[in-house]
Amino acid sequence: MNQTYRLPDEKGHFGAYGGRFVPETLMKAVLELEQEYNRALADQEFQAELEKLMKDYVGRETPLYLAENLTEHAGGAKIYLKREDLNHTGAHKINNTVGQALLAARMGKRKVVAETGAGQHGVATATVCALLNLECVIFMGKEDIRRQQLNVFRMKLLGAEVISVDAGSGTLKDAVNEALRYWVTNVRDTHYILGSVMGPHPFPKIVRDFQSVIGKETKRQFFDKEGKLPDALVACIGGGSNSIGLFHPFIEDTSVEIYGVEAAGLGLETEKNAASLAKGKPGVLHGAMMYLLQDEAGQIQEAHSISAGLDYPGIGPEHSYLHDIQRVNYKAVTDDEALEAFQLLSKLEGIIPALESAHAIAYAVKLAAGMGRDKNIVVCLSGRGDKDVQTIMDRTGGLG
Amino acid sequence: MIDLKGNKAFVPYIMAGDGGMETLKEKLLYLQECGAAAIEIGIPFSDPVADGPTIQKAGIRALKEGTTLKMVLNDIRAYKEEISIPLILMTYLNPIVAYGLEKFAEDASEAGISGCIIPDLPLEEEDFILPMLDRNELSLIRLVTITTPDQRIREIASRATGFIYAVTVAGITGARNDFSEELTDFLQNVKSLSTVPVMAGFGISSAEQVVEICKYCDGVIVGSKIVDLFHQGEKEEIKRLVGSIKGVNQNILA
Ligand SMILES: Cc1ncc(COP(=O)(O)O)c(C=O)c1O
Repeated sequence: MNQTYRLPDEKGHFGAYGGRFVPETLMKAVLELEQEYNRALADQEFQAELEKLMKDYVGRETPLYLAENLTEHAGGAKIYLKREDLNHTGAHKINNTVGQALLAARMGKRKVVAETGAGQHGVATATVCALLNLECVIFMGKEDIRRQQLNVFRMKLLGAEVISVDAGSGTLKDAVNEALRYWVTNVRDTHYILGSVMGPHPFPKIVRDFQSVIGKETKRQFFDKEGKLPDALVACIGGGSNSIGLFHPFIEDTSVEIYGVEAAGLGLETEKNAASLAKGKPGVLHGAMMYLLQDEAGQIQEAHSISAGLDYPGIGPEHSYLHDIQRVNYKAVTDDEALEAFQLLSKLEGIIPALESAHAIAYAVKLAAGMGRDKNIVVCLSGRGDKDVQTIMDRTGGLG
Repeated sequence: MIDLKGNKAFVPYIMAGDGGMETLKEKLLYLQECGAAAIEIGIPFSDPVADGPTIQKAGIRALKEGTTLKMVLNDIRAYKEEISIPLILMTYLNPIVAYGLEKFAEDASEAGISGCIIPDLPLEEEDFILPMLDRNELSLIRLVTITTPDQRIREIASRATGFIYAVTVAGITGARNDFSEELTDFLQNVKSLSTVPVMAGFGISSAEQVVEICKYCDGVIVGSKIVDLFHQGEKEEIKRLVGSIKGVNQNILA
């Protein structure tokens, strides 16, 4: 990895992955979005507006926090947490929705549709729609509605219409299907705010760019504290947006080891997991070529994770590529390990992480234990765990 | 591919494996006998984002029966001599990717398939599979929609083989009662830009609509309604609907 990293190419490909595999009805919108995004990149006013909202509305920059108790517990490398849980609405998702909502407004689209898994992206979308006075429709799987009730209510409070999706396993994949169908039908006045680095080009690029603020800040903050680059980065992966946001600014820094953590659900040896890289193979879903959990005949399988935000049978095209070229190491963490890390961080640091982020914490503790005390790890704490408290109560019987 | 001889064409769509694989041959022969100019054979997919509820449900039923692309091709190969009209596969891309592109094209050709419609493969990505289809003399049927700009329609038309599939709604498949007023303009526009036949599809569900839409293009594709009628066992109704094209063609001759 010595040459500069400049992907995707102009057709939206990351090596063999990505692309624009969408129905013809959407092509005009997808091409328009790309043009408008390129114009916005060069537009000082747009960038100033974005920066202002990121600072004053989202609350950036977020702290880079040295978790001393967790470090002590792991007994090896120092563990820093990039506190995306402290963003307005409680997760990294809003970094992307602010940018995309501004794009929608620029394109004269007053209506927004989005999918959501954990509800964090739905809440972040509903929030910016309230702010910018855009109409907002959110598709959410029936099972996810059950396990993330708090977020469903938040979206409704914010003025969004939440539509339950019964199809399939009633989780994120099914919500994306319905959101895409809705977009196909209402494309003329509606923008689709995709919530992760997936979908047709230019979404994986746009979402990555908006999320890269995580890695850019981290690089600067870490340098201020330690005067060098971190030794390792760790982040959890659903579609892959908080992770690529942290990783991307470090891709050319080859001394930095990068770890992406997929959800192993009940275990990689079972059928019930969401580890698309460990257990899947390349294929096409939701507009992109990427690694997918699928059967022999190419039917997409239902994913499983205790965390709604990781419960997706694919992984974004850029991650698929970074996996193949072995720039990023992809690992998997089970439901049980994540639950343990959830409680560990709560008790040791007074920080209740999102169940998604708990996957990253679980792996980081293992990783730190095997590294020297002079080494440093940065973990993306992608969101806070209030939304998951009910799930944890059900699972643990209320901790006694 | 479709020999129109100045006639208008009725092309029904069915979901392979809906009602069991053993019904596929029977349905194909029946539709041929009813006067279909070609038949579109849908391959079920777990995530059919271009389809409405009727075809989604048919796909779920077919998947429950264990239907796969491989089974469908094997089945059709066994009786291809009995079918004299073109058969066109309508499948999302992933089942083809999982099959292997080259192997798929060879096997489809050997089963007597004339072409493919791949709803999630726009112009920008078709080079991915075009060489394999070309080598095996399979047409790639391309779609244009109400949202496709003129310049793009021209580009699609210039590459077209078989026929152009003009999508009559900004939306997904499924029977509809009304079409937008811009539909006639759209069809006339596509017709004027195309050198191959233009077939209109998505949402067409009645004999009256068939008659009306055939005024502006070379034929119709009827999906959800046919799928629904087969599912309900309404074979007489299918005969009547497919037969509506005969009335259209007699009027052309008169
Ligand atoms: C807090 C949190 N972290 C992580 C994710 C996973 O998404 P991604 O991989 O796009 O960051 C989600 C998704 O809902 C989330 O809410």
